[in-house]
Amino acid sequence: MSASAKIWTLHLGLVAALFVLQFILPTYHHGNLARIMVLASYAIGYNILFGYTGLLSLGHALFFAGGMYGMGLSIQYLGATPAPALLIGIVVAFVIATVVGLLALRTTGVAFMIVTLMFAQAGYLTVLLFGEYTRGDEGFVIQQSQRILAGIDLSDPSSRYFAALVLFGFCLILSLVLVQSSFGKVLVAIRENEDRVQMLGFDVFRHKLLAVIISGTVAGCAGAAYGLLFGYAGASFATVQYSIFPLLWVLLGGAGTVLGPFVGTLFMFYLIDLSSGITSAYMLIAGVALVLLTLFARQGLTGELRKRFVPWLP
Amino acid sequence: MAAVNLLSTQGLSRNFGGLMAVHNVSFDLPEGQIRAIIGPNGAGKTTFVSLLCGRIPASQGKVTFLGEDVTALPAHERISRGMAYTFQITSIFERLTLRDNVSLAVQRRLGSDRQQIAVEAEAALESVGLAARADQVAGDLSYGHQRLLELAMGLGQKPRLLILDEPTQGLADSEIDEFVSLVRSVSGETTILLIEHNMNVVMDVADFITVINFGEILAEGNPADIRGNADVQAAYLGTG
Repeated sequence: MSASAKIWTLHLGLVAALFVLQFILPTYHHGNLARIMVLASYAIGYNILFGYTGLLSLGHALFFAGGMYGMGLSIQYLGATPAPALLIGIVVAFVIATVVGLLALRTTGVAFMIVTLMFAQAGYLTVLLFGEYTRGDEGFVIQQSQRILAGIDLSDPSSRYFAALVLFGFCLILSLVLVQSSFGKVLVAIRENEDRVQMLGFDVFRHKLLAVIISGTVAGCAGAAYGLLFGYAGASFATVQYSIFPLLWVLLGGAGTVLGPFVGTLFMFYLIDLSSGITSAYMLIAGVALVLLTLFARQGLTGELRKRFVPWLP
Repeated sequence: MAAVNLLSTQGLSRNFGGLMAVHNVSFDLPEGQIRAIIGPNGAGKTTFVSLLCGRIPASQGKVTFLGEDVTALPAHERISRGMAYTFQITSIFERLTLRDNVSLAVQRRLGSDRQQIAVEAEAALESVGLAARADQVAGDLSYGHQRLLELAMGLGQKPRLLILDEPTQGLADSEIDEFVSLVRSVSGETTILLIEHNMNVVMDVADFITVINFGEILAEGNPADIRGNADVQAAYLGTG
């Protein structure tokens, strides 16, 4: 089997396995996995910028929350149905990502981290400032009657799982196609040696801007879907914590691998879930596991796997 | 001279604070020539070629390439008009394979034509004798081989003007011989601007030599003229 055939079999195989799992899994894990797939889509967006382009953003909650509020507010106040509301959420994230990209990319390195963090904080405070509409930290519920997409009730667990799978499958394939494209190869090259890329005649700024826009839009798409599928939008999703999460998931799963974001999100979710079943000091167990991983699997789970056993992983 | 100039500069200058690294240089490079730029350490050679390819913006003066004023263009646009630059301090993608390194160099010209990219990447590696190592990670190569890879990335761009900044630095004698014959073999397709300290290489391959000292052109001429030039000898040997 050629490398390309292997890659496609593996990634489509994961989507197929997730499809089959919904008929097998007990209710509790079924619900968890739906949530994990949406959050993993968020992490996939993050990975495009961090893992492949080498730009560490600490402000992706802005894009996630932008998509969520774009969707949620248009249902709440414009009476939009889910399909246009989703689209509005995605457009909002796209616009925010474009503006943030144009401004933040004037900086590099640590300054880029700080500037993206500041933009996200400004976004969070904006959500609080307009608390009259956004309901601030308390957030607002999107009613079951407002969550019917093309006749499918997204509050129903099995349709919710299926919707999450469609989103995840789309993001996964998008990321796979992207990183194997000529454009994706230039992003990796920028991560490795930006100066050389410029002196090969590529417009580095344009490539980085597109990476921010794609990354932010995918994150916003996940945010909009999260709000719609789980029926809630709140300011907590705009906090710095939600900027750190995708970084953590991607680092654990393997930055710069297509499967890494899913593996990392799955791992982290169940690490906390299982350890909280053992002790109330569950963050202690999670913390130790994270320390061990950074010590012994510095490239993340998928990254180590690629380094040791499967060098063809994209 | 009737020859068409591929590249020329008028009054090109660059200051770093109070230091005039390059001062009022007017320079013409006819198409098809192998031109060497020599001069003592710190003379401004690298700064000068960096002004040509846009890595450093000029303080004053004008750069004309292929008949167009490119002074205001950023580096990547000058490169995409047909310049290629190889770094004095080796600059490659250390964690990528040789094939990926060179593929990136040819990709800008060829877009997404994968097959053609593979063919031309292979050819570029072949020309510097690294084809057998195509799947090795670039960072694992010896220093000399990394220099050759850098050269392959320059050749892969099929440039009109190839700027080589001290390409033989760190090469073994046998590799230098190969380099000289390589430069000769590509000189039919591209104009070459070469910064070089190894005088044997310079005298061997250069059609014409420009000597830079203290950021200014000290002398220009063919290798025999330069060899006999008293000012050049003084600049190199130092005079009391």
